[in-house]
Amino acid sequence: MRLSVSHRTTYCYDAPIRLAVQSLRLTPSVYDGQKVIDWQIAVEGGQQGAGFRDGAGDWIESWSVRGPADHVTVTVGGTVETADLTGLLTGHREVVNPAVYLRETLATRADAALTDLARAVADDAHEPLERAHGLSGAVAEAIAYRPGATEAHTTAAEALALGEGVCQDHAHALIAAARVLGLPARYVSGYLFATEDGTPHEAAHAWAEVWIKALGWIGFDPANRCCPDDRYVRLGSGFDARDAAPIRGIAQGPGEESLDVEVAVLQAQQ
Amino acid sequence: MTEACFNEMYDSGAVRSLYAALEGWTRSMPAELRQMKQAEAEALFRRIGITFAVYGEGGDPDRLIPFDMFPRVFSQTEWRRLERGIKQRARALNAFLVDVYGRGEIVRAGRIPAHLVYGNEAYEKAVVGFVPPKGVFSHIVGIDLVRTGPDEFFVLEDNCRTPSGVSYMLENREIMMRMFPALFRENRIEPVEAYPELLRRTLASVAPAKCDGDPTVAILTPGHFNSAYYEHSFLADLMGVELVEGPDLFVEGGLVWMRTTEGPKRLDVIYRRIDDAFLDPLCFRPDSMLGVPGLMDVYRSGGVSICSAPGAGVADDKAVYTYVPDMVRFYLGEEPILQNVPTWKCAEEDDLRYVLDHLPELVVKEVHGSGGYGMLVGPKSTTEQVENFRAKIEADPDNYIAQPTLALSTCPSFVAEGIAPRHVDLRPYCLVGETIELVQGGLTRVALTEGSLVVNSSQGGGVKDTWVLAE
Repeated sequence: MRLSVSHRTTYCYDAPIRLAVQSLRLTPSVYDGQKVIDWQIAVEGGQQGAGFRDGAGDWIESWSVRGPADHVTVTVGGTVETADLTGLLTGHREVVNPAVYLRETLATRADAALTDLARAVADDAHEPLERAHGLSGAVAEAIAYRPGATEAHTTAAEALALGEGVCQDHAHALIAAARVLGLPARYVSGYLFATEDGTPHEAAHAWAEVWIKALGWIGFDPANRCCPDDRYVRLGSGFDARDAAPIRGIAQGPGEESLDVEVAVLQAQQ
Repeated sequence: MTEACFNEMYDSGAVRSLYAALEGWTRSMPAELRQMKQAEAEALFRRIGITFAVYGEGGDPDRLIPFDMFPRVFSQTEWRRLERGIKQRARALNAFLVDVYGRGEIVRAGRIPAHLVYGNEAYEKAVVGFVPPKGVFSHIVGIDLVRTGPDEFFVLEDNCRTPSGVSYMLENREIMMRMFPALFRENRIEPVEAYPELLRRTLASVAPAKCDGDPTVAILTPGHFNSAYYEHSFLADLMGVELVEGPDLFVEGGLVWMRTTEGPKRLDVIYRRIDDAFLDPLCFRPDSMLGVPGLMDVYRSGGVSICSAPGAGVADDKAVYTYVPDMVRFYLGEEPILQNVPTWKCAEEDDLRYVLDHLPELVVKEVHGSGGYGMLVGPKSTTEQVENFRAKIEADPDNYIAQPTLALSTCPSFVAEGIAPRHVDLRPYCLVGETIELVQGGLTRVALTEGSLVVNSSQGGGVKDTWVLAE
């Protein structure tokens, strides 16, 4: 499928900032499931800095904006050719040992409930792949999709206790549960072509990947009860949402920051 | 304890030849003169502003660390062997770091368990795949050594991040030379004052590829509230480089810039004295105000060098320590010259059982602890203390390692009653850049409390000048 993405993030400040620095993980991954036809990143009034591919295979690009400025706008977009690999991340070059992704973070710490959820799945399923599918299904059952129920800082344990959440919570819960069973797991951020009319409904999406020794990294999207296919564009990964954030930035100034995000993913004409 | 251990000055009552000159020196010094000199030394330390702060131990930042005027002496022969062992270890530790942030051959070969490396908190995913200039992660390796016999030295721990205390090595010598010039005329003592220049050269030698011309070096300090601030400013001064704090730096165009009165100046090498977690809020702790936003992106794209390299801490973890002799064999194909202290890992069932059965005779340490806190010295503890510690170990065995109580060597110290043997250790500072350098000397810490084996300054330890005699 050929997908066209346009994604604009605007940070507004109620008092001018002196300097803003951003580290962007906003370039589609290179692997067998996707090919970039064209892609641009622009930061209004900004200067491009360091760019490099990190050990996890993500392209990272730095930008800085010298003030005074009352807003910073990051515009990214382009066209990506995607293929359905049923979740497999083949042909992705990375050096990080999967064992690194057994580490827990605040957001992905398993409490008793998450541990129980994982153990219940393990009782019925014995093969790692079967278990990963089971965990993804169990997380989808346990956490109903409800926008606004949780916040950026909600942890996997909190979302499970609440029984509601968004894709970030699903991914965190799946990661936490997979690690309970000794399966390395990580958070993936990207885009999703959700509906035919390209409504920006969870178009900025997140899911999880679980390491299955025989197959490598495999994506699971509990929010949509599937494995990523050709409707997905993968950007990058991390231990959790914070670590995998597409934009990490800091602005120096006395004012408060407000955020506006517009994302659209459309099927492009061939 | 004191009687059974190696006395560096006396061999069953007879003065060893190394210490002959010092024996005469002390005999010619009446008690009043000694007290006067001791007061003079203290006044000098106060005046230059060097106060209590070694090894990130915390405590009262204005307390003076006790200075013991009685020097410790090594012969050329002794030192040469130590030097070879220290340099060997520094090479192996750096080879390990390059490996585990690359292909991880040592893990694949089954020589060290994967979880010890990849599950380690000090292992930084952010720098995986990045090889720092010259393949050096740890540019200043502080190796803590203890001695138990004429030729028996053991490594207590490695410090691969930012070992502190080198300012004491330099100041102890400076003050001794000022107070006792005759001693230095009459004995051929190898100098240590080249250290700052060697450090500057080491740092400059790992400038990034993007740097053309003479590299600009700076020391990054968390600021004057930090307990080791004195050392940061002292070294910057002696090296002739800027001392900067996070807000003095910014990144732009893939480079790091230093704000100066003449405008921004490009910075090539940062000798940082702040922890990884605080280096860059965009990469590590987002609430850190001490670092430089965007620094890690510049670093990872080869625009600046950071010393020690972020992630170096995985090599000096106390659980990883037990594998350093294996690293020497694996990477260098050599036999380790310096031995580790035999260590039981409480994370392993058999070891744990042994430790719990022998607690009163062991030293037990926290895996991630430092500074002599949270440790048990079995033979020096009451039954109650031992039992309390037993409960702690049983609750969290992975967090502890245990070692036999070593009969640390003693060196004479000036104490209230005169001269008495006190236990000592040694921290040399090995510099790793284009070349590996070691000045002939180090920091000797001394446990000034009679019979004590804990040399940490937070636990009543002091420092003394360390001499290596020329041939």
